[in-house]
Amino acid sequence: MLSKFAHAEIDSISTDRAMKIPGVRGVLTGEGLPLTGEEMKDRPPVAWGKVRYHGEVTAVVIADDPVTAAKAANLVEINYKPLPVVQTPSEAVKENAPLVHENTGIYEKDEGVNPIPGTNIASHTKIRKGSIQRGREESEVTIEESFFIPPSDHAAMETRSAAAEVKPDGKVIITTSSQAPFMVKKLMNSYFGIELGKVVVHTPLVGGGYGGKASVQQEILAYLASMKAGGRPVKIVYPREADLITAPCHMGMEATIKLWATRDGKLKAAEIQYLVEAGAYSDKAIHLTRAAAIDCTGPYFIENVWCDSYCVYTNHPYPAPYRGFSHSEVHFCFERAMDILAGKLNMDPLELRFRNAIRPGQTTPTQYKVNRSTVGDLPECIRRLKKLIRWEEGAVVRINERQLKVKGISCLWKNSTIPPDSTSGAIITFNEDGTANLISGVVEIGTGTKTVLAQIVAETLKMDINNIFVRMEIDTQTTPEHWKTVASRGTLMGGRAAMAAAEDAARQLKAIASCVLRARIEDLDIADSRVFIREEPDKGLHFKDIAYGYTFPNGNSIGGQIIGRGNYILRNLTHIDKETGKGKPGPEWAVGAQGVEIQFDCRDYTYKLIRAISVLDAGKVLNWKAARGQVTGAMSMGLAFAGREAFIFDKEGRIMNPQLRTYRPLHFSEKTEYIVDFVETPHVDAPFGARGLGEQGLISLPAALGNAISAAIELQVTSLPLTPETIWRMKEAER
Amino acid sequence: MTGRAAHFHINGEEYNIYIRNADTLLYVIRGKTGFTGAKPGCLNGDCGACTVIVNGWPVKSCLMLAVEAEGEEIITAEGLHGSEIQKAFVKYFAFQCGYCTPGYIMNCQTLITQYPEADRNKIKEWLDSNICRCTSYEEIEQALYSVLRQHR
Ligand code: FES
Ligand code: FES
Repeated sequence: MLSKFAHAEIDSISTDRAMKIPGVRGVLTGEGLPLTGEEMKDRPPVAWGKVRYHGEVTAVVIADDPVTAAKAANLVEINYKPLPVVQTPSEAVKENAPLVHENTGIYEKDEGVNPIPGTNIASHTKIRKGSIQRGREESEVTIEESFFIPPSDHAAMETRSAAAEVKPDGKVIITTSSQAPFMVKKLMNSYFGIELGKVVVHTPLVGGGYGGKASVQQEILAYLASMKAGGRPVKIVYPREADLITAPCHMGMEATIKLWATRDGKLKAAEIQYLVEAGAYSDKAIHLTRAAAIDCTGPYFIENVWCDSYCVYTNHPYPAPYRGFSHSEVHFCFERAMDILAGKLNMDPLELRFRNAIRPGQTTPTQYKVNRSTVGDLPECIRRLKKLIRWEEGAVVRINERQLKVKGISCLWKNSTIPPDSTSGAIITFNEDGTANLISGVVEIGTGTKTVLAQIVAETLKMDINNIFVRMEIDTQTTPEHWKTVASRGTLMGGRAAMAAAEDAARQLKAIASCVLRARIEDLDIADSRVFIREEPDKGLHFKDIAYGYTFPNGNSIGGQIIGRGNYILRNLTHIDKETGKGKPGPEWAVGAQGVEIQFDCRDYTYKLIRAISVLDAGKVLNWKAARGQVTGAMSMGLAFAGREAFIFDKEGRIMNPQLRTYRPLHFSEKTEYIVDFVETPHVDAPFGARGLGEQGLISLPAALGNAISAAIELQVTSLPLTPETIWRMKEAER
Repeated sequence: MTGRAAHFHINGEEYNIYIRNADTLLYVIRGKTGFTGAKPGCLNGDCGACTVIVNGWPVKSCLMLAVEAEGEEIITAEGLHGSEIQKAFVKYFAFQCGYCTPGYIMNCQTLITQYPEADRNKIKEWLDSNICRCTSYEEIEQALYSVLRQHR
């Protein structure tokens, strides 16, 4: 049962009639349930007392089959008293705005969460670097602009689902379509006090995530439903409509950006306010708010930066991470501001970016001094983009009276502000025939990371990749933990762990071979599934003779099955300072430059994508086809987000487009031409130098499209999505 | 619940299945035969993940009642095991998460058999009935063209 209201008191819930239907095993309501939420516990798993968004779960009917459940759900009676709704963060922070939560100040929360009691602000992150005053004094030109991005969705093709069962011994077995099975385990412990060893979470292949399945929601419902039904297995599958509006969405944001620069285009100061739309509950929005602050300026060096990033409740669905983790929103606003500044300076926007692009030795908004390894080579990305997009042709070219050919560009960076203690582990077991099995906690959500991990193991053990079998399913009891499959961190963390496991296995193989070959370990080498004496490569042993230990001709045996183990934890990360934001928030910043070229119709404001370009510093490309696929897929998603995707709310805060025909992702015939180029500046800590790649292709395309359309209409675009209708409205408003 | 036994040909095999009259073909195939290739993505015809082949034509199995498919020749992704189009999808990296893939493969396969001479517009029209959220469609196009080329 889902709430029909965006904000209402629940006067009464009656489940009596539903319970009478044969085949109904129970009806779960919010009564007596503990509060949940990742950094601040503000969310009842099932609404209780009041509903805070349209689509919120109000009751769960547990029945023998879906038809019976649906029938009974119609008989659950809920009486609501509607309350005034808050629909945008800027409305929500006004004095006297209706409060989404009355108890903001007293919720249980983690360190680093800073709610403001009596307001709709769930948290606040500050960046204080240098002095705005000084930056202003050294500047000659300034701009200020505000931006608006409504909430939207991931719309993975597989909707969320989970199954749960509570065994008589108290073991909780959960199967879920999740990017974060280990987080499910942790949260079940935190929310319900279930012993960690008693929570076993299975995750098979996941049908698309993009961040949306990194939040924990359906698992909680499945567990509670199973408890309600006496521990019996219960499965919950979200219909598309619920997957869009009930499950965590893609955040909205509002922003105000002020920039100061010298006449020759040197950025001197930035004063930024981000209002991240938390919707009804703060869950991941607090972290999204922090990430927005940390990379608030885009990939530019600015001496003086103030940023206030607020996490603001509204009566909308609450967000999960979304590919880029608040970076595509930040970049839309900031990179639009950069173009506006370029206009005011009368300077080429690409040149403005080139001059301010962050370089080794300079500092980030969190005052961390970057080097080549931690920041890559943005100037080179810009240089290549300039060529690929044929910038010298000019941003706007008139084709005929009606049509323009327009280009827009923008840059990006992304660090992953994951907790400093996140770990990843891997195990390699050998089979008797000398082949190996790789077990890693990375969830295969479509990024191909497990293929890359197998490549890393094959390379380290100098084995044929076809002799490495990769376990695809996750089971939190037997799979080593990988914190979450998010943040483009699978290759770095999972890769380092897999590498360590391979090295460990190699050591063990050599130790056995050293006894048999009567040679020092240091004199041995490995290749082609053999351990051999370096100096005389034909003297050696095949893995199959030692993978399960070695048996001498007389039957004596040594060793045993080879089991390599490895783990990885990020080095020297810090929490950021509460007052200034100072710290090292993540392992590295991946940078890039992107552009779009469109054909714009000046009469009806429609436009057609001609091509989109990404030049990314990939550190090192480990699998070219897979890398290109990740980038073009992200680009396609970014263009859809920028061009059309948004929830449409009515005056009461109800979502009017909860279906794939009204919330419409890009289709085949709408695809454009994609150009992808990689710069390779190694990230020294990463396997073979590879940087994050899964999100970067999306991050700056909304800004590039916004910049192109602004150039076409000679007005500053300040909101998304960029539909012909919104462009038409802007033009009409101007008249 | 009222229902009855019905007879289906799926992937060359015979199935006697107890169904409700209101059951969709998708629900019956996934729930009662063990063939899970057809995927639910929207249950209202928007996404194409549930596409199967019925008598040589692609059908969104969430929009067809099981009773309508009684006695018809049904093929799911499992029934195309080892087909050229399936191999082409692997070769060209035409999937990432793979959830939309069976639907595309069914759709592409029927296009190849029904319209081997399909032109660009036909292909666009045909493939627009599915949604892939992971790829940019580039690789799906390459996979399809690679097989179409062999059939011309
Ligand atoms: S499930 Fe049938 S079209 Fe989406
Ligand atoms: S491969 Fe994931 S939706 Fe197409």
